[in-house]
Amino acid sequence: MAPLLIKNGHVIDPASGHDGVADVLIEDGRITAVAGHLDKEGAELFDAKGLVVAPGFIDMHVHLREPGIEHSETIETGARAAAAGGFTSICCMPNTLPVNDNATVTSYIIERARQYAVVNVFPIGAITKNSAGEELAALGSMKNAGVVAISDDGRPVMNACVMRRAMQMAKSFDLPVIDHCEDLNLSAGGDMHEGVQSTRLGLRGIPASSEDVMVARDILLAESAGARFHVAHISSRHSIHMVQFAKKRGLPVTCEATPHHFALTDSDITSYDSSYKMKPPLRSECDVAAVFEGITSGAVDAIATDHAPHPGSEKMQEFEKCPFGIIGLETALGLSLEKLYHSGKIGLRRLVELFTTGPARILNLDRGTLAAGAPGDVTIFDTELTWTYDVNRSFSKSKNTPFDGWQFQGGPVATIVGGSVVWRRETP
Amino acid sequence: MAGLLGIEELTRAEVEAILHRAKYFQPVQEQPLKKLDTLRGKMIVNLFFEASTRTRTSFEIAAKRLGADIVSITASGSSVSKGESLVDTLNTLAAMHPDAIVMRHSASGAPHFLARYLATPIVNAGDGTHEHPTQALLDALTILDRRHALEGLRVAIIGDIAHSRVARSNVHLLAKFGVDIVLCGPATLLPQELAQIAPGVSLTTDIREAITNADVIMMLRVQLERQHDPPLSAGEYFQFYGLRLEHMALAKPDAIVMHPGPINRGRELSSEVADFQRSVILNQVENGVAVRMAVLERIVGEHVNGSTAH
Repeated sequence: MAPLLIKNGHVIDPASGHDGVADVLIEDGRITAVAGHLDKEGAELFDAKGLVVAPGFIDMHVHLREPGIEHSETIETGARAAAAGGFTSICCMPNTLPVNDNATVTSYIIERARQYAVVNVFPIGAITKNSAGEELAALGSMKNAGVVAISDDGRPVMNACVMRRAMQMAKSFDLPVIDHCEDLNLSAGGDMHEGVQSTRLGLRGIPASSEDVMVARDILLAESAGARFHVAHISSRHSIHMVQFAKKRGLPVTCEATPHHFALTDSDITSYDSSYKMKPPLRSECDVAAVFEGITSGAVDAIATDHAPHPGSEKMQEFEKCPFGIIGLETALGLSLEKLYHSGKIGLRRLVELFTTGPARILNLDRGTLAAGAPGDVTIFDTELTWTYDVNRSFSKSKNTPFDGWQFQGGPVATIVGGSVVWRRETP
Repeated sequence: MAGLLGIEELTRAEVEAILHRAKYFQPVQEQPLKKLDTLRGKMIVNLFFEASTRTRTSFEIAAKRLGADIVSITASGSSVSKGESLVDTLNTLAAMHPDAIVMRHSASGAPHFLARYLATPIVNAGDGTHEHPTQALLDALTILDRRHALEGLRVAIIGDIAHSRVARSNVHLLAKFGVDIVLCGPATLLPQELAQIAPGVSLTTDIREAITNADVIMMLRVQLERQHDPPLSAGEYFQFYGLRLEHMALAKPDAIVMHPGPINRGRELSSEVADFQRSVILNQVENGVAVRMAVLERIVGEHVNGSTAH
């Protein structure tokens, strides 16, 4: 493979603090140099003038639906959508069929990804067998097979004692515990955030407290177990504040926010369109304000999409019948640039951090940096480019998104994995 | 008018136009010959995915009195029980070119969801716990039979507010006329957010406070089928939220008692109140036909684009 030389881009590498125009050289799949003017004979050139050159983006929360639910997504299609969104690494949740609760399934996913995925795929293992919340899954052997974290995403562990034991074991295997924080009794039957809009629409509410009580429980359990605890898709005001508080006390507690939880509120659900139905639900304006505050203050460590493909046949139903979740890989950067950067809330360096060093640190990945020797994963994006998202041209097998037809200012331009350009925006 | 999905999105003038036309249809109900030919040659489908006697019959009679043909379908006897999706069921019906579809469904927003995919006008005959627009219109007509105007009235709506589409539609309608609306029910069935969905709404858990000085008392049915964990036993419910004759002394002397039916004597209101002279429950049923005639004429009629209101 020929070396790749990315010329004249605005290099932002939060890990090293580099922030300025430079060239990046990738040889044999690894970064070998970042400097003012580089030349390399025989290298393939990528002109990045006017573009931002960042470490490859990591999405620590996606659903690839393989094995078992391939009509919604496959490792191949999900990885292509990730590449088109500027992601070079994705972490897939274990709620497949069968559930990724043992080393055999983990190895299967890793092998399929090696063959078919254009980006790096890191599996997340289940906390409990079949994610049933009762008996611990084979955490140690999954870790040896390659899982980077454990989670019963979507089917949260309701039994506090089981969660406590999971945290103790996770600590001993040095795995972070990711929880989809939702008290299933409080949220039972709910379809959207409990508030004025759910009352107006006559839809059953999911109170913010259903998230808050679990965040509180898990922080306390993690502290006593000494475990690393990560809140998936944080969405409520009190949860953000509790994570802030835990951090202040020096606990290894982290959290991620999804683009849809800061781009939309519950009042955007006006026409019973199931493209707006997900868990946690779109929250109120004051919750969204808290998510922004968490992003600017540092309480939020990462942006993750919770990319959750569902085929049209499942989403084109009465609101209360539709499954939860939306796809998000291809719109994450556009939404983040619009809502966080162009709005003046954060600078580019912080934005890049949320997609790179943030998730890499949580998951102990040797990625998210352009340091010499690091894997040659690079995300090149444009902060000004105007483009329109057309879901019918999505690489994902599913089309469930509220952002179809949205016009964005800024988005990914090229995605480089291990020194190879795996996706490049077609010039309009 | 494309259809009628809810009261919330109607303007006050549109509500007034429908009520005006419904008044015109009121005497028709008592004529020996009740059938008009306004909608002759029109076909209306009555599609009920939820049990209903009065609303379904009322729409049927309204359509027939306007000279339209109407086909009534209930979900149990339809392809829904064979696993067909709602969109496919509606597309199939729409392919037979009816002029309007009247539908009731247990899912909030089901007609709104379908309206995005269907050209046929849809009349919402009740969607889940969201809206029941023709009920609010007939309630307004019934109040106006006994009051000159809605403005300045105090209306108490009492019962299972959380699960009531009747309450929501009435709140939206009455708020457009500046009515003082008091919602009352057990705390778990009285979402505080309701005070923010329309102007002029206040909440109380005390039935005596709600009734005090009321011009209109609307009792709601206890919707056991929608309550997942009833907060009160039937006895306790009646003790704290059942309307009894002694309560009437707190209201205005000429206050009326309304109920969307079906009533449960001894649960949400005492038998004496149900038969009370100022109970207008059967007038509501009667007005239902007039209001639904006005709505169907407005939606299906060809030369009525608002002009019939004058």
